[in-house]
Amino acid sequence: MNFETTIGLEVHVELKTNSKIFSPSPVQFGSEPNANTNVIDWGYPGVLPSTNKGVVEDGIKAALALHAEVEQHPHFDRKNYFYPDNPKAYQISQSDTPLAHDGWIEIEVDGEKKKMGIAEMHIEEDAGKNTHSPNGFSFVDLNRQGTPLIEIVSKPEIASPDEAYAYLEALRQRIQFTGVSDVKMEEGSMRVDVNISIRPIGSDKYGTKTELKNLNSFNYVRKGLAFEEQRQQRVLMSGGTIGQETRRYDETSGQTILMRVKEGSDDYRYFPEPDLPVLAISDDWIDQIKADMPEMPSNRRDRYVNELGLKEYDAMVLTQTKEMSDFFEAAVAQGADAKMTANYLMGDVNAYLNDNQVDLQDTKLTPANLAGMVKLIDDGTISTKMAKKVFKAITNGEEPSSYVKEHGLVQLSDPAQLQPIIDEVLANNEQSIEDFKNGKDRAVGYLVGQIMKQTHGQANPQVVNQLLMKSLQAK
Amino acid sequence: MASKIDEQQVKHVASLAKLQFDDDQLGKFTTQLESIIDLFETIDKVDTTDVKPMTSATDQVNAMREDIAVNSNQREALLNNAPDTEEGYIKVPAIIDESGDGE
Amino acid sequence: MNFYDTDLTKLHDDLVNKKISSTELTKATYENIAADDDDVKAFLTLNKDGALKQAAEVDQQGIKADQLVAGIPLGVKDNIVTKDIKTTAASKILSNFTPIYDATVIEKLKAQNFINAGKLNLDEFAMGGSTENSAFQTTHNPWDLTRVPGGSSGGSAAAVAAGEVIAALGTDTGGSIRLPASYNGVVGMKPTYGRVSRWGIIAFGSSLDQVGWLTRSVKDNAQLTSLISGHDDRDLTSSTKEVPNFASQLNDDTNVKGLRIAVPKEYLGEGVDENVKEVIQAALKHYESLGAIIDEVSLPNTKYGVAAYYIISSSEASSNLQRFDGIRYGVRAKDVENLEDVYVRSRSEGFGDEVKRRIMLGTFSLSAGFYDAYFIKASQIRTLIRQDFEKVFEDHDLVMGPAGPTVAYKIGSNITDPKAMYMNDVLTVPVNMAGLPGMSIPAGFADNMPVGLQIIGKPFDEQTMYNAAYTFEQSTDFHKQTPKLGGQN
Ligand SMILES: [Mg+2]
Ligand SMILES: [Zn+2]
Repeated sequence: MNFETTIGLEVHVELKTNSKIFSPSPVQFGSEPNANTNVIDWGYPGVLPSTNKGVVEDGIKAALALHAEVEQHPHFDRKNYFYPDNPKAYQISQSDTPLAHDGWIEIEVDGEKKKMGIAEMHIEEDAGKNTHSPNGFSFVDLNRQGTPLIEIVSKPEIASPDEAYAYLEALRQRIQFTGVSDVKMEEGSMRVDVNISIRPIGSDKYGTKTELKNLNSFNYVRKGLAFEEQRQQRVLMSGGTIGQETRRYDETSGQTILMRVKEGSDDYRYFPEPDLPVLAISDDWIDQIKADMPEMPSNRRDRYVNELGLKEYDAMVLTQTKEMSDFFEAAVAQGADAKMTANYLMGDVNAYLNDNQVDLQDTKLTPANLAGMVKLIDDGTISTKMAKKVFKAITNGEEPSSYVKEHGLVQLSDPAQLQPIIDEVLANNEQSIEDFKNGKDRAVGYLVGQIMKQTHGQANPQVVNQLLMKSLQAK
Repeated sequence: MASKIDEQQVKHVASLAKLQFDDDQLGKFTTQLESIIDLFETIDKVDTTDVKPMTSATDQVNAMREDIAVNSNQREALLNNAPDTEEGYIKVPAIIDESGDGE
Repeated sequence: MNFYDTDLTKLHDDLVNKKISSTELTKATYENIAADDDDVKAFLTLNKDGALKQAAEVDQQGIKADQLVAGIPLGVKDNIVTKDIKTTAASKILSNFTPIYDATVIEKLKAQNFINAGKLNLDEFAMGGSTENSAFQTTHNPWDLTRVPGGSSGGSAAAVAAGEVIAALGTDTGGSIRLPASYNGVVGMKPTYGRVSRWGIIAFGSSLDQVGWLTRSVKDNAQLTSLISGHDDRDLTSSTKEVPNFASQLNDDTNVKGLRIAVPKEYLGEGVDENVKEVIQAALKHYESLGAIIDEVSLPNTKYGVAAYYIISSSEASSNLQRFDGIRYGVRAKDVENLEDVYVRSRSEGFGDEVKRRIMLGTFSLSAGFYDAYFIKASQIRTLIRQDFEKVFEDHDLVMGPAGPTVAYKIGSNITDPKAMYMNDVLTVPVNMAGLPGMSIPAGFADNMPVGLQIIGKPFDEQTMYNAAYTFEQSTDFHKQTPKLGGQN
């Protein structure tokens, strides 16, 4: 029997606002437990939530980035459940009228482009954090309580673990470009829950789905789904049935492990939040937000190819992250050659980031300094070989032209200075001239090497080449 | 409309609400709730076709707060009111069931 | 002293003119409470030390002319949070709870240097109509100590009726200010939903709750309502509408000539006590004799109000009261073994039966499979109820009728039948459902017990209500009657 797979993804993204979604407490990490909390975050008797306008605006930005339709009159709903990290025993979320619905993002798998649907996107509050100790107690820190989240729910159109991976990549990228979130799984600012079911091809009913929780990377999402896809097939092929259950992906064994069996569906008793008036989102407001939106990666890619003449692949690499893309554009805006800047970013800069395991924004590299270096190469002041040293210097925050001057790295490009050196090298290498005349091209390389040695590597190789060929042909 | 509430259902609702009743109370509550739910069911006969539900009485629309952070400096006072704390955390008996994360 | 022969304006003038000091007034208040409250049992917590300290400070600073309540002891219902003063909502689960912040209404009163006399009894979490549902004590009606004071603001109404304080804050979710005002022969106003901030009011039914005053006179009430009203950034449902100085329009010229008063036939129909009807009809006649136009109208959905109200208020309450879980504040059950125990035992031991009933009803009404038939259906009825009023207000200025279908009943007589108890709210809940302002003023007596006339206004038109109430009060003497305490208990 052949099966088809249906995958649904629920992605939570933490927004980088100053204050929480329903309380003015700061959104801040790494503080003492419960330091960033107030009576609202603790669900004190008599407190009321108040909606953060910044969260609504960020939510609209994210919705626009996902090509979703923004709801005109969204309201909040209460989702009721008891848990120590959920102080009111309800989460203020959106169920009936989410902030946005019916969006899509484009993914590419095996060279094929595909639009993946987004069912809805809503804003809600995050819960606090529980820490479990082995001695029979748990500890509650409410600092994270009330941190704004957007939740993005895919349509059940994702058909393979690879598509799920590509969907997450595309989603992360687009959200990141809006600037509303860091979208980092390792820091918890992006969290992914997935569900997966399989059914015989042609069946008009979805199979029973299992849920995977607490996945720590896109890769684990892909691996967990692939395992689950195989497991479900094995169960069905051997005549078994799939249980409605929550499983977790075990990173060491590469398997999914049963956490709990779901008995019926949870009853969250959603109802409209009476403490918050409905929102009214006008077209004017959306237009204003649109005008402030950073350009999305797909637009940037098109522009890099069409206006800056980059290769499609290069444009794609440069738009992986907003930092890289912004850095590139800033350098080009300083007058640096686009292609050469792109090559440096994809080559030396990326290698540097990988070697040091840092993000671009955490280095001392600046667009101005990279542009400065590229310009020095471009106008022949330094050779690409010298540029290696200069690059090292700019990773330490040094200004390239003063560095070049200080270290005498200026390239020798003046024929008047170079010609006597060439003549001298030729005079000392009769054999090489002979070899050249006999068609041995290797001889040229040797001669250039000798000239570079004489100039301590400062000679401009292009100029040397030109002058040398002329001299040789004249012999 | 739904059938009348029975003891089984009262138990289920109680578990959602984190309440528990002993056998005596269960009987009494079931009878009382049954009678009140009878009263509730009188609204069943009202024609509400195309009537929009009213879930708020406020005259306000789009009321929001600017995104400005304020630290309350209430940490100590909050922790003082908690039944049990340790090192700045609220302390509770161990959480065994981890299914409560509503997401 | 009691506060029978004075009003806020006179007390304020006496304080400004140093005929009396705040300290003297405060001491006298506690003497009065000491004399009467063993019988009435209105207060849950007395703030004596704090009040006297504050009074001394006020006396030292002097009373500013624009601070009406400066130096005057007032009572506060115990579901309104008061910083550093125990606030229990008359529930065991909050019996050890001392708030660390003030409700907005308290902040506003503090800015005026009022004296907080103490916290007043109520039905637990304001759920009930008799104060018999308090976890700590039942308040007695000063007019007949064997009778209930009504509820849930029973402590507030009884304290004012007994002359223990000149005014007290109450809250009204389905009649909790108007019913006790009626039972105790005092003036009670529930302002329009959104007129007063709910920040710091321990939530019961969030879309229905409002704060208001119980006073002996209409003018006191009008003055105090202006003082606590207005938009609050911390309650986004509070209105940005301008707050009038209601009392400034109440004077000798206030009259009701040409005022169009609608009397819903449902408010004088079956289930309303004949003696109560007589008092109300006499009151309406009186308005007519003063030049008002009385019309009989119909509010056809009134009969569904109680059912729809109990579904909505219980649903909201079930969610609002989930935060009382023994984890962050309040009472955690002893000897708990696991987290589930903390929840179930803290809540089962901490809540009284009426609160549990409401939580159960609300949880049921919101639960899967019942939500549409109960919560949504009730919310649609709510729309119809509001539309009923809107239609009547197209050509009327006010709606009038009784506040309660009976006078105060005997303590213990209804407590075993919750459904019968709920039916007492039939005339008050539609006002909360529609978000309208409603008040009760003394209109006469039946069986020697006070009867309240309910006045209902258009949204944010408390002014017309106060005007009409003032005219009635000035031309009658019901409000001058005082209860005879003692002996009957
Ligand atoms: Mg979800
Ligand atoms: Zn969520």
